[in-house]
Amino acid sequence: MSLAIGAPAPTFTLPDTDGIPTPLHDPDSAATVVVFTCNHCPYARAWHDRLQAVARDYLPRGVHVLQINSNDAERYPRDSPAAMAARVNAGEFAGPYLLDSSQQVARAWGAAVTPDVYVLDAHGQLVYHGAPDADYHDESLAAEWLREALDDVLAQRPVARTETQPVGCSIKWLS
Amino acid sequence: MLDSVSRIELLYWDGCPSHPEALRDLRAALDELGHPELEVALVEIATEEQAREYGFIGSPTLRIDGVDPLPPPEDEPPSLNCRVYRLRDGRYSPTPDPMDLRDALRRLLPRSVQEA
Repeated sequence: MSLAIGAPAPTFTLPDTDGIPTPLHDPDSAATVVVFTCNHCPYARAWHDRLQAVARDYLPRGVHVLQINSNDAERYPRDSPAAMAARVNAGEFAGPYLLDSSQQVARAWGAAVTPDVYVLDAHGQLVYHGAPDADYHDESLAAEWLREALDDVLAQRPVARTETQPVGCSIKWLS
Repeated sequence: MLDSVSRIELLYWDGCPSHPEALRDLRAALDELGHPELEVALVEIATEEQAREYGFIGSPTLRIDGVDPLPPPEDEPPSLNCRVYRLRDGRYSPTPDPMDLRDALRRLLPRSVQEA
């Protein structure tokens, strides 16, 4: 079951592609975005650039974006740590790309697909869960659902649209 | 004359949500080519074993008389996942570019069908 809106998000510390432990909470964050994503999924790839644009656009406003790969890399080698590092080294990520090899974080958060987007406020409470926007084909949408949620959080307003249906590839669970 | 098309198949895995859109695009392409009467067989691939047996590299995969009209790289392993396509403008997509689909059908449907 996925996290409920308003619930405190389960905390974690996961290694990035250099093996550096990266915690969920940054005390200086005005908001945090967590995206369960991966390399091999066409939905994740279709939305990828829009999500990186959000990470770049909102970093100056105190928003940190963490992207997590929880897939079984043995059965899906394109999601291996080496493949993750290659994409990071190629400059494809605007923030940390974290490895959840035990899948404990994906399970704790109730993540189901890639991409699966979560927004936390400054207190670590979930204020948005769902898709980046309504159509993976339409780049002009620019991850507008995610941006609207962030704009609400940063303006200290209640988030108007708290939940949408995530769309994507199922997370590839360890067998 | 239409019997010369033995089989149009759309192979899919239910863990990926893209096959309804792919089927819509395929039906639209067949309509555009003047052959709304051609049937599309939906073939579910449910296990890794079936994926290996069918050489299924991801959902959705189209086969016309057993031939993939949008052939993947040769080293792509059989797997239960969503297939990655590239649109003509380079964007990633879970479904084929409709123009690629239409061109592939033009290329692979027997001439007897195209001229029917």
